[in-house]
Amino acid sequence: MAEEFNHELLCVLSGFGGQGLLFAGKVLANTGLIDGRHVSWMPSYGPEMRGGTANCSVSLSDDAIGSPFITRPTALIAMNQPSVEKFAASVQTGGTIVIDTTLAMDGAAGVELTDGVKVIAFKATEMAEEAGLKGLANIICLGRLWAETHFCTREVLDAALVKCVPAKKQHLLDPNRKALQMGIDLGE
Amino acid sequence: MADTQERVLMKGNEVLAEAAMRAGCRFFFGYPITPQTELAAYMAKKLPLIGGTFLQAESEIAAINMVYGAAAAGARVMTSSSSPGVSLKGEGVSYMAGADCPGVIVNVERGGPGLGGIQPSQSDYFQATRALGHGDFYMPVLAPSTVQEMADLIYLAFDLADEYRTPAMILADGMIGQMMEPVTLPPERDLSTLPAKPWATSGTHMERKHNVVNSLYLSPEKLEKTNFERFERYAEIKEKHQRQELMLCDDAEIVVVAFGAASRIARTAVRDARAKGIKCGLLRPITLWPYPEKAINQLLDNGAKQFLSVELNMGQMVDDVRLAVNGRADVSFYGRTGGVLPTPEEVLEQIEKIAQNMERGE
Repeated sequence: MAEEFNHELLCVLSGFGGQGLLFAGKVLANTGLIDGRHVSWMPSYGPEMRGGTANCSVSLSDDAIGSPFITRPTALIAMNQPSVEKFAASVQTGGTIVIDTTLAMDGAAGVELTDGVKVIAFKATEMAEEAGLKGLANIICLGRLWAETHFCTREVLDAALVKCVPAKKQHLLDPNRKALQMGIDLGE
Repeated sequence: MADTQERVLMKGNEVLAEAAMRAGCRFFFGYPITPQTELAAYMAKKLPLIGGTFLQAESEIAAINMVYGAAAAGARVMTSSSSPGVSLKGEGVSYMAGADCPGVIVNVERGGPGLGGIQPSQSDYFQATRALGHGDFYMPVLAPSTVQEMADLIYLAFDLADEYRTPAMILADGMIGQMMEPVTLPPERDLSTLPAKPWATSGTHMERKHNVVNSLYLSPEKLEKTNFERFERYAEIKEKHQRQELMLCDDAEIVVVAFGAASRIARTAVRDARAKGIKCGLLRPITLWPYPEKAINQLLDNGAKQFLSVELNMGQMVDDVRLAVNGRADVSFYGRTGGVLPTPEEVLEQIEKIAQNMERGE
């Protein structure tokens, strides 16, 4: 089964505090936990939390992970313009960038990208609100990234989401699932 | 609480707290500071549920003295802080050492000196291994490099502290404290299996003489005697408890030495150097005191010619590498400080430079 997966996913998820990037990162990290892979999840805990690039770095690998801080990501989810500006240029060849253009209106324009990086830009926050899924643009973006990179199986992705929605907030599981599917459908 | 065999995804700081409770820790005294606060927060939530006591003290100084008191009464007890807060604890730790009181002190290091910054650092190496307080004393210092080791080493720290009647330290950093990784938590210790402490001030129950726990000896001869006795214990710790991990060291001519967060970066660099055909290995000290001198001597016997100490400071552990190498090989240093992390590429460049100089016979 492992051969179907990316050997290594090095993903940065970044946006304003409150957009749920750290949560989306946890879902991503949990897929690796379920698959028995090496996993690290490293949040920003410094002043960047206040500068519009609250972010986490999630590494999924078949080998032991060195530094959990990712300097050359293979994937980026950016939900505001400062995050695009800070991280987009560092994405390596063959990598994927998912941008929520509701807030990051300029997309990756003005950023010098590495050759062979695919940019997927759409209005995730707007879509979420129209579908009655306010606050779940993060999960739509994660679904879209999965559709592009298949970092785990669809079943594992769902299981990770179930694991991350706390027992006290079970009413949010269905909306999260809908948001995930919405993101996946965008890629198909 | 999670099943003992299950792999769970947790933050390093939270794992320190959970594993400490599983090791039998029932008292925690601390004061919040980034990047360590999740540990105290976790204790605040969970420790009362298992009959323990969590107390946020009015200062770090108060907290360490509460630790001293609980330790004297025979409890498994700990405190945690980050660099500036650990400095404040120095006096209390010295008193604990002088009174032979076991306890665990966690330092999740940040950049310094002074208030410094809040990003990962290893600039408290000297403080931890040499001079956390005044007086003639050492304590075991354990340096985790993964979240799993946060669990394993704090468990060990409590046992070493009790066995040798000494404070023991976990020297971690903001990276290992803040990150989440999969971890298999250690089993719950049955409290009845913890070592007996007949010296503790736990009440005479009218069955024995009063125990006295104190670090004051006004007679020089008596004080010297306690120090001699303590150093006999230190000698035994040095003999029995040097710990390290070796990677790709069998035929290594260049040995990178790095612990904690820096060792994760060094590991990548050493692998990359091997891929380029450089005979390079990694020695990762797990105990910083006692320092793994035996492993270094073994590597020298096996033909290691160059040692490169990689640290998140201006060069502190490199002194211990030099002491252990004792002139038998060249020792150099590379580090970044203030919360800046070196990239694996930077470390690789240093290794390549050393390899080139060796080829030229310099």
